[in-house]
Amino acid sequence: MSATPQLSPIAKMERRTLIDLIESGKRLDGRSPFDYRPIKVRTGIIEKANGSSFVELGKTKVMVGVKVELGEPFEDTPDQGVLTVNVELVPLASPTFEPGPPNENAIELARVVDRGLRESEAIGLGELCLIPGKKVQVIFIDIYVLDYDGNLIDSSALASLAALLTSRVPKYTVKGEDKIEAKGEDAPLPIKNYPIAVTAAKIGGSVILDPSYEEEQVMDARLTITVDKDDKICAAQKGGLGTFHPSEVDSIIDRAISKSSELRSKLLEAVKAGES
Amino acid sequence: MPRSIQNKSDRLIGKDGIRVDGRRLDELRPIKMEVGILDKADGSAYIEQGKNKIMVAVFGPREAHPKHVALTDRAVLRCRYHMAPFSTEERRSPAPSRRDMELSKVIREALEPAVISQLYPRTTIDVFAEILQSDGGTRCASITAASLALADAGIPMRDMVAACAVGKVDGEIVLDPCDIEDKNGEADLPVAIMPNLGMITLLQMDGKLSKEEFERGLNMAIKACVEIHGRQREALKNKYLEIERSMEEYGGEEQ
Amino acid sequence: MVKDMPLNVQRREIVIPGELLADGKYLAGANTIKEGDAIYATRVGLANIEGNRIAVVALAGCYIPAVGDQVIGRIVDIGLSGWQVDIDAPYPAMLPASEAVDHRQEHLKQDLTRILDVGDLIIAKVLAFDRTRDPLLTIKDQGLGRITSGRVVKISPAKVPRLIGRKGSMISMIKRETGCQVIVGKNGRILVSSRYPFREQVAVAAIYKIDREAHIEGLTDRVREMIRRMIMDASIHPE
Repeated sequence: MSATPQLSPIAKMERRTLIDLIESGKRLDGRSPFDYRPIKVRTGIIEKANGSSFVELGKTKVMVGVKVELGEPFEDTPDQGVLTVNVELVPLASPTFEPGPPNENAIELARVVDRGLRESEAIGLGELCLIPGKKVQVIFIDIYVLDYDGNLIDSSALASLAALLTSRVPKYTVKGEDKIEAKGEDAPLPIKNYPIAVTAAKIGGSVILDPSYEEEQVMDARLTITVDKDDKICAAQKGGLGTFHPSEVDSIIDRAISKSSELRSKLLEAVKAGES
Repeated sequence: MPRSIQNKSDRLIGKDGIRVDGRRLDELRPIKMEVGILDKADGSAYIEQGKNKIMVAVFGPREAHPKHVALTDRAVLRCRYHMAPFSTEERRSPAPSRRDMELSKVIREALEPAVISQLYPRTTIDVFAEILQSDGGTRCASITAASLALADAGIPMRDMVAACAVGKVDGEIVLDPCDIEDKNGEADLPVAIMPNLGMITLLQMDGKLSKEEFERGLNMAIKACVEIHGRQREALKNKYLEIERSMEEYGGEEQ
Repeated sequence: MVKDMPLNVQRREIVIPGELLADGKYLAGANTIKEGDAIYATRVGLANIEGNRIAVVALAGCYIPAVGDQVIGRIVDIGLSGWQVDIDAPYPAMLPASEAVDHRQEHLKQDLTRILDVGDLIIAKVLAFDRTRDPLLTIKDQGLGRITSGRVVKISPAKVPRLIGRKGSMISMIKRETGCQVIVGKNGRILVSSRYPFREQVAVAAIYKIDREAHIEGLTDRVREMIRRMIMDASIHPE
């Protein structure tokens, strides 16, 4: 059962200050309404994983581990690999995170990131089939939130993509009926698209991008638009207790499309730099 | 949304623009709404939309248990979306799935802006949506029915909430996709609005849409929500008109 | 005076939440919300226009206590200093021992169950209630106390004003025609008592009829007709 969350005590005090600031075009940390916080990307940090990344979006820190194993395909897609995304809101990331099974926030986050990757066909799942109906590659994306300072969706999506881009798996050859030979571990995954999630938050009557923790506590609602490399929208998710006017949705989509190119270049550059 | 059409040449939309279930591209499925059907609930509603059969009950405002979940200045809205094991083609486990949890959250967030929760501090308002039979678009139908149940319970609201989805099937934007269209289509875009205030309370999308398709789909969905809202008004008024009608049937009552 | 200001609804029309009632210089009455100049209904009910005040007579809704309300409650728990009372509201009510006994019965406070026990029904008055604390009751006034006989039935609290009627006209008529004692709790609980069980039945039937048909005009006449018919039928065919 989903229940109205407890509101953070800072919400009431800070709200007026934040709204006034934003209405004058500035935010608590001095950013302009559509600026993202500084992004740092590191990859290949967990050697035991097939791929990994550590992304910092301002003070938000997200680590992603990609593990690829062999397993059975789903019944209705016998010739496709399997993708599964899980999120842990690790208790050390925030005084508000409790240990336990994933709550609705962790689940929503995992499913939104999953949607972005799946609908954009970022991974060529068809190329992960070894023996149709019997053996395929299963990709586990585990998103580990380590420091929560707002905008977990965008940072988790960036970290997932970075980890996927730098994942290395064995080269598999199928011998005979059902024997699979694995050689080495330096083949990349078939990455075909680069979906980027852009989250907008509505505070008072103004819209900002990449909300910080304080901004999330006072926002009316958020809208995430995930855009692929061809400027196609592959996921959208409204969250929060407030509402959007259809015209606000239109302008957020425009912003998201233009911002996603910027973020995509940054990410691809950082990944390339890391690998060299 | 698994994208595996068994036979790629199976089109879901015929050359004459007619869909698998005989509908036009912009046609809603047949809808039936009834209010106040459960005796023990404070408010209730039942909706059929195509093959969807959904029942929603509202309890509250009532005492918050346990006390620590209560909010000091408003009612807590609690919402549960749950599918009956017999609701789908293959029997499903009654245990809540990840999808159930996400839908419970987005449905609650679709209703929150409408409920004037400040009037009932330290209480909970519980909304239980049971999907008795599922055929695509259940979260939208649940929201529509939940809104009816909240109104039936006499819970003050700024506006009703009406919901409808659009999809992209065989390259076309279609209204109110059924399950087959959902599973085999290129996109699914559920929307909920407060019709009089003109504000969107639920918006999700998965699939692939250009900006223009998204906006066209959104407009189509909003128009349908307005139509659905008209049906909500009828259903709420009917509950009271029915009483008047049954009075007349038993005869002899002077006005 | 207000003729040229747009009024969207007829008097006694059934309205639903979010429905635009009027747009102009009207006053927002019960169960409405004002946004700018526009007044919207917030609940399902009957539109009511009195002069330039627009309100909605709600047809459903829970009971929210108000100071001074007479209510019928059920004892659900006994604590050290009083009783917890269920008044069918979203908030549990408290009846402190000091509000149940006067100075002459102080000695009874030793054992509260001797005054009221779990399961007892009481007629009480709301002494205090606000947004930060649960309602406080008293049974010290005239006419309040433990219920010892009769039947308690429940209707929607939204229909209680209709049951009472303008200046008590409906409830007086029921008492007169059935010969029963009827005590109305604002929380929708009604106590009906009479020496004759059949008369109690008639009064109860009348109360349920009002609960069902409150929104339809001519109710008082219909209820009176029904009561008279039931009593006449019974005298022609005595049990």
